[in-house]
Amino acid sequence: MWELIKANQRRSVVLFVLMGIILIGLGFVFGMVFDHKGTGGGAIVGIIIALLVWFILSLVAVTSGSAIMLSASNAKEVTQDVHPQLFNVVDEMRIAAGMSKMPKVYIINTDAPNAFATGMSPDKAAVAVTAGLLARLNRDELQGVMAHEMSHVINRDVKFMTIAGVMLGSIVIISEIFLRSMIFGGGNRSSSKEGNGQAQAIIMIIALVFAILAPILAQLLYFSISRKREYLADASAVRLTRYPEGLASALEKISNSNIDMPMANKVTAPMYICNPLKKKGMKMADLSSTHPPISERIRILRAMAGGAGLANYQSAYSQVKGGTSNIIPGGQLKQTEDIGIRMGIASEVMDNKTTARSSNDIMMKVDNYAFINCDCGMKLKVPSNYDGDEIMCPRCGARHEV
Amino acid sequence: MGTVGIALLVILGVIVLLIFMVIGIYNSLITLRNQVKNAWAQIDVQLKRRHDLIPNLIETVKGYMGHERQTFEAITQARSNAMNAKTVAEKGQAEGVLSGMMGRLQVAVEAYPELKANQNFLALQEELTSTENKISYSRQSYNDQVLFYNNKKQVFPSNIIAGMFNFADETFFEIQDQAEKEVPKVSFS
Repeated sequence: MWELIKANQRRSVVLFVLMGIILIGLGFVFGMVFDHKGTGGGAIVGIIIALLVWFILSLVAVTSGSAIMLSASNAKEVTQDVHPQLFNVVDEMRIAAGMSKMPKVYIINTDAPNAFATGMSPDKAAVAVTAGLLARLNRDELQGVMAHEMSHVINRDVKFMTIAGVMLGSIVIISEIFLRSMIFGGGNRSSSKEGNGQAQAIIMIIALVFAILAPILAQLLYFSISRKREYLADASAVRLTRYPEGLASALEKISNSNIDMPMANKVTAPMYICNPLKKKGMKMADLSSTHPPISERIRILRAMAGGAGLANYQSAYSQVKGGTSNIIPGGQLKQTEDIGIRMGIASEVMDNKTTARSSNDIMMKVDNYAFINCDCGMKLKVPSNYDGDEIMCPRCGARHEV
Repeated sequence: MGTVGIALLVILGVIVLLIFMVIGIYNSLITLRNQVKNAWAQIDVQLKRRHDLIPNLIETVKGYMGHERQTFEAITQARSNAMNAKTVAEKGQAEGVLSGMMGRLQVAVEAYPELKANQNFLALQEELTSTENKISYSRQSYNDQVLFYNNKKQVFPSNIIAGMFNFADETFFEIQDQAEKEVPKVSFS
């Protein structure tokens, strides 16, 4: 595992350097445009401004990125009694991964099935799942999803996504500011200078092209690596659970649902296990999506025969995708691991009605409803702001203390 | 400075470099060994949890499963054997027997529909499933750590340092499958 993290870090450094070059290049070119005297001082100011934007955004993301992500998605921290099985499953994966601290557990009150993890390091990890996910998945499937999410934290994907996301954000913001200032302020500048007008015009054209291309380029870089990490998290998850079918059938259930998640947006979408914004048309799906196609992830998981190790995932990946590209950083594959696949736990198939009811129950528990079982078989659900000491069962008329 | 001086400096540099390397390797061996110990402690926590859950479980199901008295006695016996086991190998053996018994009990429960509808039992069953999982995951993580440590110990150059400071090999924790064969047959008469 440790080697994997290191290899990941080496990969990220390349990406960060490339994005950094784009960022500094942007600052340089834009500075030149506003540098009417041609002394080069403008370019330096441009670079400084670009770095300043990046620095401020980083500061915000590193210090409160987790909190922003959790509150933006309306996640509520819950205690063990709200959903004991969820806590048990998270604890099991914590043990399997050798993490010393139990992550915080959050539930999002929506019927759309999804999940995400945040935390720059394993000690600060938090996992969030939706009520719809808990209602739909059985134990093994839930375990697969939690293993995938915790792998993101352990592989330092969250850290990477935050840093890369901030760089991408800075590039987009700076380009946007420049393009807008061109539209609104471009007129008076053209008449202000006559000396090196031609050179200025050329710089202007370069800058415009740069402003349009840089964000696209940065996004493609970001997305291509983020997709690779999605596969890697799948591979790590199977290595933890030793049960590829759990994650595969969880992904299948998640992709079968087309309920939109109102609390997700373009910024938070890459953090989820499956893209929460599915209704939006995806023309350039292959290049611009942060997640690989789910059907492909499922096929790879189901093609894993003979073991649950990282090498087994790699060979299943090559088999399904046909190519020779490496998902697992090379050093890991040299260690031959002999890891068997375990047996699944039998569970009952739930119909839509039970799923909807149990999803509702979970949401009520998150909102601190009290549950009272009446002797007549009725289940009373009392909101936390109910005032009064007693409540009457509407079916048999028995009185219960609240 | 003469050639002798330069040669001396080079030799000194190499010695300093070597010392740093030895310290580095020694420290990483210690870290790995501590991780093995830590992972072992995790297994112990989970095994103890299972031992604590068993009396509670038997208390809950006793009323429903009158015919399984022999199973309960066998589980109680296996539990106390497991609690008394000392070495890694002994523990593996005893816990294997206990695991087999618990599996049998889970199967036997299928024949008691009223039990499966009992809320207390369902909660207990989730705890039990989770504990069994935690035991196998902590074992998995322990064995991973042992593998890392033993690998590190065997490859050059850390094998020299390990030899110098007497780092011992760690044992894998296997819960033996053949233990299940030794479980007494449960009679349903």
